[in-house]
Amino acid sequence: MRFLKYSLLQIFVFISFILPAHALNLDVTNFTLANGMEVVVIPDHRAPVVTHMVWYRVGSADEVSGKSGLAHFLEHLMFKGTTKHPFGEFDHLVDVNGGEGNAFTTRDYTGYFQRIAADRLPLVMELEADRMQNLVLTDENVLPELQVVREERRTRTENDPQALLGEQIDAAMYIAHPYGKPVIGWMSEVAALTRADAMEFYKAHYTPANAILVVAGDVTPDAVKTLAEKYYGTLKNTFTPTKRIRTKEPDPIAARRVLMSDPRASSPIFQRSYLAPSYSTGVGRETHALDLLGDIVGSGTQSRMYQKLVVEQKLASGVGAWFSGDGLDYGTFGVYAMPNSGVDVSKVEAATDVILADILKNGVTQQELDRVRNKALAEEIYLLDDQASLARITGVALMTGSTVKDILDRDTQTALVTPDEIKQAAAKVVQSNRSVTGILVPDSPVQN
Amino acid sequence: MRISVLKPVFIVFAFLAFFSPAHAIDIKEVTSPGGIKAWLVESKTIPLIAMSYSFEGGSTSDAPGKEGTANFITGMMDEGAGDMSGSEFQAKRDELAVKMSFDVGKDNFEGSLQTLSKNRDAAFALLKTAITAPHFEAEAMERVRQQFLASARDSEQDPDRIASQAWIGLAFGDQPYARATNGTTKSIPNITPDDLKAMHKLLFSRRGLKVSVVGDIDVVTLGKALDEVFGALPDTEPPKATEKATVAKGPAIKIIDRDIPQSVIVFGQEGILRRDPDFIPAYIMSHILGGGGLGSQLTNEVREKRGLTYGVDYSLNPLKAAGLYLGSVSTRNEKASETLSVVKDVLEKMAMNGPSQQELDDAKTFLTGSYALRFDSNEKIANQLVGLQQQNLGIDYINTRNSRIEAVTLDQVKAQAKRLIDPKTLIVTIVGKPEGIQSTATGG
Repeated sequence: MRFLKYSLLQIFVFISFILPAHALNLDVTNFTLANGMEVVVIPDHRAPVVTHMVWYRVGSADEVSGKSGLAHFLEHLMFKGTTKHPFGEFDHLVDVNGGEGNAFTTRDYTGYFQRIAADRLPLVMELEADRMQNLVLTDENVLPELQVVREERRTRTENDPQALLGEQIDAAMYIAHPYGKPVIGWMSEVAALTRADAMEFYKAHYTPANAILVVAGDVTPDAVKTLAEKYYGTLKNTFTPTKRIRTKEPDPIAARRVLMSDPRASSPIFQRSYLAPSYSTGVGRETHALDLLGDIVGSGTQSRMYQKLVVEQKLASGVGAWFSGDGLDYGTFGVYAMPNSGVDVSKVEAATDVILADILKNGVTQQELDRVRNKALAEEIYLLDDQASLARITGVALMTGSTVKDILDRDTQTALVTPDEIKQAAAKVVQSNRSVTGILVPDSPVQN
Repeated sequence: MRISVLKPVFIVFAFLAFFSPAHAIDIKEVTSPGGIKAWLVESKTIPLIAMSYSFEGGSTSDAPGKEGTANFITGMMDEGAGDMSGSEFQAKRDELAVKMSFDVGKDNFEGSLQTLSKNRDAAFALLKTAITAPHFEAEAMERVRQQFLASARDSEQDPDRIASQAWIGLAFGDQPYARATNGTTKSIPNITPDDLKAMHKLLFSRRGLKVSVVGDIDVVTLGKALDEVFGALPDTEPPKATEKATVAKGPAIKIIDRDIPQSVIVFGQEGILRRDPDFIPAYIMSHILGGGGLGSQLTNEVREKRGLTYGVDYSLNPLKAAGLYLGSVSTRNEKASETLSVVKDVLEKMAMNGPSQQELDDAKTFLTGSYALRFDSNEKIANQLVGLQQQNLGIDYINTRNSRIEAVTLDQVKAQAKRLIDPKTLIVTIVGKPEGIQSTATGG
């Protein structure tokens, strides 16, 4: 889940993503500036617009204990101005130049972006480079924004029982690792954040060597290089970033269950996550296999869960399965089902367990694999129609321990996955001791 | 059909839409041998084709008590058609990696198709089967009904949905626009296979059809594809659009009590139609007041200065037969009254004084400069072009749109602010436990 400065522009990210490789000739150039800031350029000359993104290798998992929500709070405060461009000017300049912008925070990274006419690229680079080092915060700006962030938490999480359940599942999943904290933070901790906290976090994490630049759109790599050297290359590092090493999860030894009742729930929900490797920590093709496993188990109407739970057994109205691998340290494999009216939630859980047990025992068929792989590879071609998504996917990969080469190799690797590799990956991950099962039930309404 | 083979594909107009001196979109109005029109942008850079289309008539065609009928069709389009069962159809679609989507609004039934150009012919054939010969078979219908019921139960618990549906109810009373587009937990069980068949026959007519295609396809191939996909549809009159719907005037406040920490507030009044001669100045005014997220007057006052909300917006919503001016804001329960007052104050000031010259100039540079961002992918262009056709804006609209915005004067914008904003007659619906506000409205 991502948290944005402005709610009106939403970004949706595919849970699993794969980039086109050699066959499609995706044109990616990357280089590093003298100060260590990495740059990626993805030309797309079909329209005279550009997507400009600056990403920092810092997210909620890098916050100190007790300060949850700080990375996201700082993201909001990054719009509060600098000496050169006081409060309001950043948004105003982007706005009057016909651009749109926003920002997002996740567990592992924080990103800022603008979409704007290609000839305005120097403007947004100048603004973004300026606020990398010259942020000015005053209580006058910071205090109302803290209220805004608390309202954001109410909007996204506290008004929504399913979001609350997701938060509880994550908290139960990670016993030691900071992925257990919500990105937006626990309300009690968010309420106590201060201007000094934000400034200290900014000084500790925002510097060119800890950032990357991604530019997609109507540009050439040479032109971007010249501009990047001018605006970002002249910034001096204020500290030397070190490799992010977080507390490791102890070996999981117990299946956990989170039971939540909420009168606002419209239906019971069964949801389960298994602790898994991420794209960058996975070995060999196991994460490619997990992506395909998710599709086979629960993506679309041909999937096993849909066919069994929805079509044959008529137990559920909605099902799903997915692998989420874009974490620096861990990924998760997940399944979900919403029972039909009158069906007990335990039945959809049991039926899901039968499907998972069958895959652990018998694996998947070549036919299933071919079907989902075909779709996955086609999905990469569709991505070529969306420059902003290409920029985002590249940024996510670089922020979570993958390289441009890993991205370009992804479909080659996907093409090589065998049914046996899927069975092995499932055996490694789909184990009850690695799981947290979340059950949401509506309170029994009072009859009157 | 030998005659149609001999008939050429006509290009009635070819139009270059310029976004910069170096970039133009070449839009052609293509007429197929069978007489079906479409707007085409050829673009061979990537091996994809995007098609958007719409039929006139949407949820306003639902019968009272059977709300959600048109929407039900969107869930049945991949559940069996022609000589294919549902699972055969889905398998074929997945094998081809074709993306099909179907959506219903109050005025239109909309669809889109995206395909790899190498699967073009098979993709169009599949779409033809779906839209001309869907089965609406009983067992599949029960399954899909469960899904729509689950989604309706969810909407009936979701504070945003509750607030907006209540607002629509107060504004339109018993007129067709008041009907819940996706149906309700009460109406969905009443919909029968015959209802779906009748609705399909009503909506899917060539006369109500608008099509745009963007991507790796040429004029002649598109001409054939149009006849293939849509040629078998009847050439009947689309459902009669409501001539004019009436939007009730406030003041009215309706509170729907829910035990949630944040009140969700929907507010608004009558807006204007898209074809209104003053739509553009009104649109600029609404952008300055409550549009776009960045820097609107409402965002500045409610969010930036006071920290009362994460998001506030207020925008024109032109339906075919009625204009709405509709906004929303969410805030902690104890600040609901203050938030609503601030919103009303901002509206009042805009109505009295209009924006400043500087605000108008800034809005113009944003609106003109950002227009190209809506045209940077095949999929987006196809959607934009169908929208222009639905609104009868003409194939040259893209080129004249920015100069229309630039020509607007401060007086014109002020006049629209006076005309469209009256905080004293707002209809307000609130879901939550707002403090310091009382309901004045019942029903709806």
